[in-house]
Amino acid sequence: MFITATLALVLIPGGSYVPFFAKPPVPVAVGAFFLDEFQVTNGDYLQFVAQAPEWRRSRAKRAFVERDYLTSWAGDTDVTAEQIDGPVTNVSWFAARAYCRSQGKRLPTTDEWEFAAGQTGLSAEASKDAILAWYGRPSRVKLAPVKSAPANAAGIHGMHALVWEWVDDFNSSFVGSDERFVCGAGASEATDARDYAAFMRFAFRSSLKAPYTIKDLGFRCAKDPPP
Amino acid sequence: MRPAVAMKTYCVGLTFFFGPRVALAEQKASASEAGVLTDAPSVPPAITRKSPAHVVIHLEVKEVVQRLADGVEFTFWTFGGHVPGKFIRVRAGDFVEMHLDNHPDNKMPHNIDLHAVTGPGGGASSSFTAPGHSSVFSFQALNPGLFVYHCATAPVGMHIGNGMYGLILVEPKEGLPKVDHEFYVMQGEFYTAGPNGEAGLQPFSMAKAIEEKPEYVVFNGAVGALLGANALQAKVGETVRLFVGNGGPNLLSSFHVIGEIFDSVRQEAGTAVSHNVQTTLVPAGGAAVVDFKLNVPGTYIMVDHSITRAFNKGAMGQIKVTGPETKAIYSGKTGDEVYMPEGSRISVTQAAATPKTATANKAERVALGKSIFAANCAACHQVDGQGIPNAFPPLAGSDYLNADVKRAIRAVTGGLAGKLVVNGKEFNGVMPAWSLNDDEIASVLTFAYSSWGNTEQDVTADLVAANRVKPAGSGSGGER
Repeated sequence: MFITATLALVLIPGGSYVPFFAKPPVPVAVGAFFLDEFQVTNGDYLQFVAQAPEWRRSRAKRAFVERDYLTSWAGDTDVTAEQIDGPVTNVSWFAARAYCRSQGKRLPTTDEWEFAAGQTGLSAEASKDAILAWYGRPSRVKLAPVKSAPANAAGIHGMHALVWEWVDDFNSSFVGSDERFVCGAGASEATDARDYAAFMRFAFRSSLKAPYTIKDLGFRCAKDPPP
Repeated sequence: MRPAVAMKTYCVGLTFFFGPRVALAEQKASASEAGVLTDAPSVPPAITRKSPAHVVIHLEVKEVVQRLADGVEFTFWTFGGHVPGKFIRVRAGDFVEMHLDNHPDNKMPHNIDLHAVTGPGGGASSSFTAPGHSSVFSFQALNPGLFVYHCATAPVGMHIGNGMYGLILVEPKEGLPKVDHEFYVMQGEFYTAGPNGEAGLQPFSMAKAIEEKPEYVVFNGAVGALLGANALQAKVGETVRLFVGNGGPNLLSSFHVIGEIFDSVRQEAGTAVSHNVQTTLVPAGGAAVVDFKLNVPGTYIMVDHSITRAFNKGAMGQIKVTGPETKAIYSGKTGDEVYMPEGSRISVTQAAATPKTATANKAERVALGKSIFAANCAACHQVDGQGIPNAFPPLAGSDYLNADVKRAIRAVTGGLAGKLVVNGKEFNGVMPAWSLNDDEIASVLTFAYSSWGNTEQDVTADLVAANRVKPAGSGSGGER
């Protein structure tokens, strides 16, 4: 089977951003890094499990992946033509990390992901509305090809479309208290209580555990620049 | 203050065990049962057992696209597939094992804060659940009452604003007074990007939610969810209980049923019972229990009496009540008066239209008179001619009617007002002058005289013409 490679990396020049839950709200510096232009596709992941049988659906250890791991695939190495260019989902944090490692990459950090995702090229309000519109739409049964998602100002496609994405430190928002995503408590600590989309993203990440394999959760990889 | 529930004290040697640990042990020993859940407007049956139970509740969160109004769809986030969420019914003292199942197709993490829970967050942190996962926690229902439950995941205004709320009833141990019908009605408002009525799948508007300016305010999740074919149904003489909740997320409801007075209201769904209430305030995240008896038939409209919400935004529902009329309680329209600021108390009533063919004999007059009577007279004097005590005099066996046919003609043509004694009973009301032709009046009187044991007098059109008077207000005076 011909595999569509979608492994182009984009350089994200360093900068700074104000994390959603920064207290006090001071900017955090983000060093330059590379980020995958697209989410990892089913086709990409199929290539990975071909070479790493221990990550095939029937063999992956239950401590690392839940029951729903790659559940949309017909078999261990069976991906339909329709699925092949769509983002791989139902993958755990362990699996995503193993994939990135196999490519000589790693998962992006929350700061890196948010910094890149924040470069929407839109005004703050328009950006909030656009992002929220995606979050508010019901889950699609068939996910579109990753290349169909538009690029943002940083040249990264689909950061607020198609699927949620794993980050390396997804559970860092547990620091302190998970109650911050519950009811009114969340708003008192946020830098912008009007940014519902950010609340949802952080709430979503904080609901995760590393072996979770969720239908609308995929990933892309990052890489450090050469020293 | 929490009441001391299940605070039995056991003495073992010198060690005292008391409080929740003992209660928990008792609960685990008691029967386990699956909670019965219903979609609005249905309510699970009253609990008949007399002891606490271990009740297992499974609530499935589903994100669904459904109708908000005709031609308008919305992505609802639901507890159980519809807005409002499933109605949960337990008994005070029950030990509730709550499972929150977040469907794998959902995009969002969710949780549940039940106001019936005594414990941090009402269970919110304990039930925080990623898509495709299930959480479980337990609580003892210490306080009786009707409680709202809702999703409390940030941004909570959007989770509630998309429909994530419902009611849990913790029945008092002694139960609630028996009624004929119990219904589940829950108000909520929706903030759509498009204005009210704009067709299509409408996205949630964060800006409108923050401004608290909803496009829709509805009962049971959609415009018309309780209207027409979906109206609540009951019969005259029955008692109805409404479990009324308000999910909000922001507005307070001035809950009112047009044409009914709540015989009793558990205000704010607590223990205090208030009587004879017209409109009860249901706060966002609060509830009320209203009971009332249905005395007369008709359609009763439930509204949020912040009335433009009812008129313009959808906050309306119906209770359709069938059964016999009781004119002593409600007469319906009995007259249409020409208002004359300086005129008389007598009015001319336009009678219901009847065929204009003249009657040839008594039998024809009785037949025509019967339909004229039914259309014009029976509302007050009743179909059986018995009238209504203290309101409308009887025609059946009426000394007033039978004694003087000319007086009867003057009464029907000119109207009556003021004190009147019939069969020894005093009446003090108004009968309008009837705008009927001579033959029609002759017929209706002949019918009345020929019925209910009266004198069987035949009244002719000529007799009516000879004795007709003008209505009192037009100058010639009425008949006493």
